[in-house]
Amino acid sequence: MEILVCVKRVPDTAENEIEVAADGSDIERDDLVYSVNEWDNYAVEEAIQIVDKAGGSVTVVSVGDEDAEEVVRREMAMGANNGLLLSDDAFEGSDGKGIATLLKAAVEKGNYDLILTGAQADDGAGQVGGMLAAMLDVPYASVVNTIEVLDDKKLKVGREIEGGNQEMNEIDLPCVLSIQTGINEPRYVGIRGIRKVASVEIPVWGAPDLGLAADTVGAAGARVKRVDYFMPELGEGAEILEGSMEEVADKLIELLKAKGGIK
Amino acid sequence: MAGQVFAYITHKEGKADDSAVEMATAAGKIYPGAAVTAIVTGSGAGLDAVCNEAAKFYKEVWKFENEALAYPNAEAIRKLLVNVLPPDAVVILPHDTFGMDLGPGLSIKLDSVFISDVVGFEELAGDTLKVIRQEFSGQVSTHTTCDISAGAVINIRPGIFQAEEAGGVGGQVVDKSAEVGELAVGRRFLEIVAAEVGDVDITKEDVLVSVGRGIEDQDNIEIAEDLAEAMGAVVSCSRPIVDAKWLEKSRQVGTSGQTVKPKVYLALGISGSFQHLGGLKGNPFIVAVNKNPKAPIFQVADVGVVEDLLEFAPVLTEKIQESK
Repeated sequence: MEILVCVKRVPDTAENEIEVAADGSDIERDDLVYSVNEWDNYAVEEAIQIVDKAGGSVTVVSVGDEDAEEVVRREMAMGANNGLLLSDDAFEGSDGKGIATLLKAAVEKGNYDLILTGAQADDGAGQVGGMLAAMLDVPYASVVNTIEVLDDKKLKVGREIEGGNQEMNEIDLPCVLSIQTGINEPRYVGIRGIRKVASVEIPVWGAPDLGLAADTVGAAGARVKRVDYFMPELGEGAEILEGSMEEVADKLIELLKAKGGIK
Repeated sequence: MAGQVFAYITHKEGKADDSAVEMATAAGKIYPGAAVTAIVTGSGAGLDAVCNEAAKFYKEVWKFENEALAYPNAEAIRKLLVNVLPPDAVVILPHDTFGMDLGPGLSIKLDSVFISDVVGFEELAGDTLKVIRQEFSGQVSTHTTCDISAGAVINIRPGIFQAEEAGGVGGQVVDKSAEVGELAVGRRFLEIVAAEVGDVDITKEDVLVSVGRGIEDQDNIEIAEDLAEAMGAVVSCSRPIVDAKWLEKSRQVGTSGQTVKPKVYLALGISGSFQHLGGLKGNPFIVAVNKNPKAPIFQVADVGVVEDLLEFAPVLTEKIQESK
């Protein structure tokens, strides 16, 4: 099975407090810790596990600048066979459809049976996988939390739906799946693994390589545009308890007792 | 004005989802007073009841009855919508696991814009719609604009667009089943596997001590268990804890886990994503402990403690034990 996994380099929300820059044009990007989008990391692990059983190879692709290459390399250290970077000044400012257009062009230069994306990334849109599938005219399943290879023509996939239930589907290959966290336990990537792939050449494809007109992607092609960032309105917000840790604990115990929180 | 506005009504067991009303409210925020058409698809018993329910909130209800639509398979419904909608339609969907499945691909096939997980509508100036979205798990908001002149697919966040007054529209149900068209799919629904039942039923508990990513390590779960024991409460959790296999899935609060209705909810190291808060009903007294003062959980909590839970929870446990 030839598998392509689409990954994105994002600020790590577990490591950072995200704040809005003074002029509202962006988030405060100084000192941010970046990593591979958590959902995408599960997708790469799943692809590696499928190939371990069914044979084939895993290619990891990312759209971005040279910093995104680090993320591709990290996923190769996990065990992906090939890396690919889609990078061009003309790609900057792409909306979700622009990213899907770039990925479609890359997919069509290969011969993939299965394409995986994360269910969502930092912008929370969860849109690229579904768009890509529709552009390629192949079936799609979102929020996938189990994959079983039935044969070389189809998979059995579980989707995580509301209430902790799972929706089981049979899906024809080739197809696009968006992967939910928790589908597996992504392996640890050690420094030795990183070293092993440190000098591997990762191809970089720009707009001419993908045969794309510059006005279909990037800011020029974007019909959905982020205007600014702002802090969410606090509403009433919580009453923050002040004082030493002991004082706060005492205040909280009183409140909890009043509300029936301590039996 | 851009194209006609449609809302796709999801339903189960003959009842429309809460999003049916919410989409009507959302449509009114885009186009005040617009005539919005509801689309109801399915097969067999209960479909007419859903249509009649939708007619309380929508001027017109298009009913599509077909065996291939018995289960809401997003691929089949996408084909149907492409077959029957005008190309510049503005389609509103709930941003749940169905809307996430349908929306992005539908926008490609209709060659319209897709706007995901909208939490607010600012203005429509000409064909430019300005909406509010959130990024980074709700830590920051954005204003986002899009050109809807060629149509749009707009996924709205469930639970946000509550109706001030709803119902009484007295709409008309139009049976359009003859227009369904070809619906061949490459993804076939097999079955629903129900959630596993765990050792405790968190949906029946009055007091929950809930842990999130801030617990940092599996060994630290004990800290929450000790506190829960002192309070006479039960431990629940947010999604990352289940992903890490530190607690059972049956303990997860959220749209993809359990919906709970406690009286008191103590959130330890939980950031407060909308998927998590979506599982919290019945207006509980929420206490949030988080070392990040900007965590979204503080917006919805009644009381907040800005401390590292790993330090604070043991102090709280000890003081509760002393006070008894």
